[in-house]
Amino acid sequence: MENKFNNISDKVFALLNEGEYLTLSFSSENTQFIRFSQSKIRQTGLVDDASLELELIYNNRTCGESFTLSGDIDADINSAQSVLETLRVEVVQLPEDPYIVMPENNGSSRDIHSGKLLSVEGAAKALTPAMEGVDLAGIFASGKIYRGNANSLGQKHWFSTETFSLDYSLITADEKMVKATFAGSKWNQSEYESFMTASIKRLEFMKRDAIKVEPGEYRTYIASPGVRDILDMFSWNGLSEASIQQGQSSFGKMRNENSKLSPCFSLLEDFRSGSVPRFNDNGEVAPDVLNLVNGGLLENTLINSRTAKEYDIVSNNAGGGEGVRAPYMSAGELSEAEVLKKIGTGLYLGNLHYLNWSDCIGGRITGMTRYACFWVENGEIVAPIENMRFDDSFYNFFGENLEAVSNKVEFNPEVGTYESRSLGGTHCPGVLLSSFSLTL
Amino acid sequence: MDLKKLLSQINISADWIGLREVREKGTYRVIRDGNPQANGAGTSHGIMVEVLANGQFGYYATNDMSISGIQNAAAKAKAQAIHASEYSLYSFSEDARPKATGEYESSFSKAAGSVSAGEINEILLAGCDALKVSDKIVSASAYGLITETEFNFVSTNGSDINQKFLMVTSDFSATAQDGNIFQRRTGGRSGHQIGLEVFDKSNITNLCAGIGQQAVELLFAEECPTGTMDMVLAPDQMMLQIHESIGHALEIDRILGDERNYAGWSFIRLEDFGTLQYGSNLMNVTFDPTVEHELASYAFDDGGLEAQREYIIKDGLLVRGLGGKESQIRSNTPGVANFRASSWNRAPIDRMANLNLEAGESSFDDIISNIEYGVYMETNRSWSIDDYRNKFQFGSEYGQLIVNGKLTKTVKNPNYRGVTTPFWNNLKKVGNASTFGIHGTPNCGKGEPNQVIRVGHASPVCQFENIEVFGGV
Ligand SMILES: [Zn+2]
Repeated sequence: MENKFNNISDKVFALLNEGEYLTLSFSSENTQFIRFSQSKIRQTGLVDDASLELELIYNNRTCGESFTLSGDIDADINSAQSVLETLRVEVVQLPEDPYIVMPENNGSSRDIHSGKLLSVEGAAKALTPAMEGVDLAGIFASGKIYRGNANSLGQKHWFSTETFSLDYSLITADEKMVKATFAGSKWNQSEYESFMTASIKRLEFMKRDAIKVEPGEYRTYIASPGVRDILDMFSWNGLSEASIQQGQSSFGKMRNENSKLSPCFSLLEDFRSGSVPRFNDNGEVAPDVLNLVNGGLLENTLINSRTAKEYDIVSNNAGGGEGVRAPYMSAGELSEAEVLKKIGTGLYLGNLHYLNWSDCIGGRITGMTRYACFWVENGEIVAPIENMRFDDSFYNFFGENLEAVSNKVEFNPEVGTYESRSLGGTHCPGVLLSSFSLTL
Repeated sequence: MDLKKLLSQINISADWIGLREVREKGTYRVIRDGNPQANGAGTSHGIMVEVLANGQFGYYATNDMSISGIQNAAAKAKAQAIHASEYSLYSFSEDARPKATGEYESSFSKAAGSVSAGEINEILLAGCDALKVSDKIVSASAYGLITETEFNFVSTNGSDINQKFLMVTSDFSATAQDGNIFQRRTGGRSGHQIGLEVFDKSNITNLCAGIGQQAVELLFAEECPTGTMDMVLAPDQMMLQIHESIGHALEIDRILGDERNYAGWSFIRLEDFGTLQYGSNLMNVTFDPTVEHELASYAFDDGGLEAQREYIIKDGLLVRGLGGKESQIRSNTPGVANFRASSWNRAPIDRMANLNLEAGESSFDDIISNIEYGVYMETNRSWSIDDYRNKFQFGSEYGQLIVNGKLTKTVKNPNYRGVTTPFWNNLKKVGNASTFGIHGTPNCGKGEPNQVIRVGHASPVCQFENIEVFGGV
């Protein structure tokens, strides 16, 4: 795959005329999907996909186009050539772009992670028997993912990885659920089977009758997977510098009104785990570690080079949408064993669902509780709760209501597959809140 | 691509083989604050080979469309089906892929490519300038997405379908600032099956001037009041209300539990079809793939089922589900042709397509003039609903207070919450054809693996009573 990308790149760059700059982005995957419902196979298949994007700059104007590669190298070089011709016709019609980011050559990189995956023939048999005796719904995805980037100044980045994930829900007869994800890059059958057994055991907790809690304010612990859902919101009108500058960010209050979060809250971008490429679509490499919120204070926003140029600030090589690509929320002091005791009487929320800004500028988020969520009394789990809606500002729950942060940072792998398989995931601990607002 | 020839050259034995080719080109152009922000395009092209063996479908979606590539894909798809068939959820026959032949083409006046990149940039630039009605507008953007899709489907039981779609989604957005107050007003990012006639400079600049004006108006508006009151929703908010609290709840694959690990389950059970009073008797909802210009109109779904208009809810009674042929077979429940995939690289599942609330009798004035106190809301801004599709909370961009039968001052940050069937049973008035709007979005997410798909929702203005309404932080 890398050779193909290099081969096409060399051929296409050789076609460039004086004054033309070109950046190529390559993305490809070979994936097996098996979809489960009722612990049986609902749908299964394989997907081979590959695409190449050409971004042309000429005379302070830019446009881009991507296409699906066929795998036939001559045909693909021809397609790339005709896309280049189309871009040449278009680029001269466009208005001048004052914030164009010119390609640079700051050195190349090569980052290859190999794995050991189930064979596509053997996966159904390896996965399904362990689900016996329980109702499971979920998705298995496994295969290779490639990302490449090269520009006409000679800079080249390559990233490839082999990973799998089985993301699933286990469901009791009266429809209570727990969620789990078994993910990695080296398949180990006995590890898988004991992981499954452990999650089936967790389902036992859910078999007590659910109780209904009334809307109101509650002492609440949100476990790491739930915190991940909240942190995801910070990639949408959140920590993007452009979004702050354009008056659309929930973090504008920290910049403009000096609002602060709790000193217990620190969030960074940390690429050191290597699960996601450090280079962006322009081939620019992000720092290994960047403090975003440090001890409750906004230390850095995510700034891509285009935003930097427009607002005359310094880029930290963020991606096109200035989202958090490698989120890492720092651990606190609260030990796992203490969690229920510290809740006292209140809620333990395992997962959240369907979050949205209900007032973005005010930092207010609404969403649902889902999966393993319990009512806790005097430090002991009483019963699962019926799902409730929350609606609260992170300036409250990550602000003065953030009482403690757990001392264990967990990795929540990104299992999204819109258009293609996602990479990476979120490292975060759980949080104990003195108050959290349930509304419906 | 000669799909029939490719199909004839596949030399494996199977109970059924289908080839579904999709070529889709999306071209997007964005102007922000007077400068080009993005001019890009992407073409995705491939074939899904689907094979039925031992009662199980297996697929291989491939970008290698050569004869050897398709042959290899068919053999591996069959192997997937065979290996999985030991654990099949349901044993299907060829009946799940009915034979169908025919064609479809979107209606449009100006073809893709008939307006140049330079001209579209110039028109969007004019729109962007028009949004800046005052220096309170701190950011303005104009967006256009042109999507051309060609779909071909052939199968060993004689299906042969060709469908061509041309779609345009546009949006215009103005963010206004006064001190620490920010308000954003948009055109609602709605999409239609239509041609490049959408890029009409004077229409766009007029629309944009109105959007900019309202963004500024919102800066100085009061918060939306809190309380239980009458609420009137414009079609561009009804769209979301229909989508989340009718459409997803009625998808049969959700009711059967396929989505329990992702989008969720449903409060609807199979026995509710034909018996559940979903809403007031003013509520008539259709699955309608025949509406000209609506975003998800088509003649056949991706499993080859011929699409036709059907009542889903009639006089408030739930009569039919949103399930394609596979779901109809599994559930023995009447459905519709909505077995759809986002592209060649995803297998079809039950999707919404066009789901519309039919017009009623009331004029806009009839509705407003009979309300003592309430709020009128336009254009969706926030959406969230639980995994059973019961407890929702939605917000709009722009509100107006209704007092003593009249629209009065503008209110900002209008939100409301409710529970699905009590909410729809509070439907008090349904607007007539003069209040009707056709909207659509390319961004409905569902399925494992995940798929984003186009849906259309048309609705008149509607009044609901006893709704919990509130404002911002
Ligand atoms: Zn949706």
